[in-house]
Amino acid sequence: MSTTTVLLCGVGGQGTILAADLLARTAIAAGLDVKISEIHGMAQRGGSVTTTVRFGESVDSMVADLGDSDYIISFETTEALRNLPYLKEGGKMLVSDETITPVTVLIGAQKMPKGAHETLAAEGALLMPAVQIAKEAGTAKASNVALLGALSAFLDFDSAIWEEAIAKRVPPKTIDTNLKAFRNGRAFALEN
Amino acid sequence: MELLSGNEAIARGAWEAGVRFAAAYPGTPSTETLEALGKYEGVYAEWATNEKVAVESAVGASIAGARVLSTMKHVGVNVAADPLFTAACTGVHGGMVVLAADDPGMYSSQNEQDSHYYAAAAKIPMLDPADSQEAYQFTKDAFELSERFDVPFFIRSSVRISHTKTPVEVGERVEVELKNYDVNCAKWVMMPAFAKPRRTVQLQRIAELSEWAETCPYNKVIEGSKEIGVICGGAAYQHVRAALPDASVFKLGLSWPLPKKALAAFAASVDAVYVVEEGSTYMIDAVRAAGVNVSEAPCGIPSESELTAGIIKAAFGRELPAIKPAPADLPGRPPALCPGCPHRVVFRELNRMKALVMGDIGCYTLGTLPPLNAMNACIDMGASISMAHGYEVAAEGTDHRPVVSVIGDSTFGHSGLSSLISTVYNCGKGTVCILDNRTTAMTGRQGNPFNGITLQNRPSRELDLEGVVRALGIEDVRVIDPYSVKEVRKALKEATSSDELSVLIFRHPCILLTKQHEAAYSVTADCVGCGVCNTLGCPAISKNEQGIAAIDESMCIGCGQCAQYCGSKAIQQLVPTNNIA
Repeated sequence: MSTTTVLLCGVGGQGTILAADLLARTAIAAGLDVKISEIHGMAQRGGSVTTTVRFGESVDSMVADLGDSDYIISFETTEALRNLPYLKEGGKMLVSDETITPVTVLIGAQKMPKGAHETLAAEGALLMPAVQIAKEAGTAKASNVALLGALSAFLDFDSAIWEEAIAKRVPPKTIDTNLKAFRNGRAFALEN
Repeated sequence: MELLSGNEAIARGAWEAGVRFAAAYPGTPSTETLEALGKYEGVYAEWATNEKVAVESAVGASIAGARVLSTMKHVGVNVAADPLFTAACTGVHGGMVVLAADDPGMYSSQNEQDSHYYAAAAKIPMLDPADSQEAYQFTKDAFELSERFDVPFFIRSSVRISHTKTPVEVGERVEVELKNYDVNCAKWVMMPAFAKPRRTVQLQRIAELSEWAETCPYNKVIEGSKEIGVICGGAAYQHVRAALPDASVFKLGLSWPLPKKALAAFAASVDAVYVVEEGSTYMIDAVRAAGVNVSEAPCGIPSESELTAGIIKAAFGRELPAIKPAPADLPGRPPALCPGCPHRVVFRELNRMKALVMGDIGCYTLGTLPPLNAMNACIDMGASISMAHGYEVAAEGTDHRPVVSVIGDSTFGHSGLSSLISTVYNCGKGTVCILDNRTTAMTGRQGNPFNGITLQNRPSRELDLEGVVRALGIEDVRVIDPYSVKEVRKALKEATSSDELSVLIFRHPCILLTKQHEAAYSVTADCVGCGVCNTLGCPAISKNEQGIAAIDESMCIGCGQCAQYCGSKAIQQLVPTNNIA
């Protein structure tokens, strides 16, 4: 089996690291080698962030390369556009329809891209109301797990493995909410 | 099997090796190592005021017979270089391991330097793990190696080793007894009479290490095609395996001293030898100096930033995947001070008064970016106060802007205090702003001397910051609430108008320390679109095409800074509920 690359991107503080961790633990439970590469420090203060998960029989490099990601999971639409060059030909983008305006635009120095949703749709991206799905499950904070649910519809891991990884990793009080967000995210991807 | 980051794996390896004492100053990408180690039983771990102090404490604990660990980011090695170079002469008693974590690509650093040079310069052997399993194993082994060769050992990491999680097979802790301390001045007192014979010992040791390097288990050859042979280590090794799966590879797990004979034998076994390394020419120069005829990669390897498999493929003329371009003119998303950050008003006011600001290392370096635009220079930890002093002296008698230095509480404890002492001693003037947010924020809110929180939550004391400053003989010392625009403006105006040295302590806890926030503010119909609130660079405040402001209530934490700037009183707090979580 060749290595699968999943690039998770968003804005510092959105929870890409936890989502990446859950994906990696699922891959390990399925008997695969895995690497998760995170960026900490200054970039976390509201800047663009990416986390990479690579899994397969034996994983070498931990970094996502241009044109080499099988899946891009974006927590935000502008960051999805920014990371488009990382998508492999035939790869799939799953994008939360949330848009967060960067300070460069807030202060009027730059402008938001026009037609972001259309551009993403033209690239075959699955745009999903991840925050809304998470809110319906109990908390907007679980939007990362809703996105993972959508990803699960494209990968070969059994739902049971995913759900066990989630139940083991998230705070005990939030297990039910997170499982619900996961299932709803998965259902959304299967239906759309 | 556990999924561990390189930093967690280093901590695990150190713990299993029986480490008893550990000290560090936080710095990305090294910080989590000591945080992870501090959670294990049987280890004493502390945040020191800086890396030099951390290494010196570790040397002391080693003299006492304990196995010791000190961790730091690459620029921290600069600070700790003084004791490290001499510890490489004295050697150790209890095994001593030092983590040097590099940041090629500068994700969270002021420069891109290669710690390999320190190994070669200080004559400290360096192990170069390429994943968490190796980070764990190399660290565990390094304590015994340190005692065997009587020298500290470096573990060299980089952001992609420290912050990549990979599976690790862990083991059990071995309790290592404290060795007996015997008086041995010839080994430990580095005055010339003793240092000279110790230098001879060091040279003998280098010869022994060089011999051991030839057959040590940390270097290995992966046999592939004869056409290309690549010498590499650390994260670069992983990228090389991905980019050139057919190549023969000499993986350097021990990057100093180099195994010269083994490298020559490898070179003889392939048609052409290449060196692949990140943001440096350390390895290619060293391998060439060892007599190996190294070829240049056909299309060149960039000498800056981090590598990826794709960059190496390109360097060797391999086929690259098609790339979809991102839309042109996407807005940048640099990091920014958080909504409610207590540093914001200080920078807004420094900008307003057109101060010449010497800055320092921390979240507050973000005060440089638009729209705050309030920092003129920042080079290293603690430098703000000394740079401001130098500027003041050089510009004396000219018509210059008010000179202000800005430094955080933790950075002041790191090395700003010695700069301030020097400024006082030399009758310096100017205004020193200590942004005291009660934590070491950028690296993840660690303890420091001025908040009195220690790594393992041992009872400590909160140092009296204004007392320390007053004790230096500075008379104009004030504590100001940085949420009050009026007070910040007044204090800065008075301090910069006077000829004496002033220290302004702006004290308010980092908003990430507490989840208890005030009710959010919102913009009323009275907004005239003057744009003053947008000059604060708060991520919660936007404006529409007519310039009318809006506040994102989900981001606003109710600090009220913007409301104080609004001339139309159009920013009003929503009806306060009981502390919104």
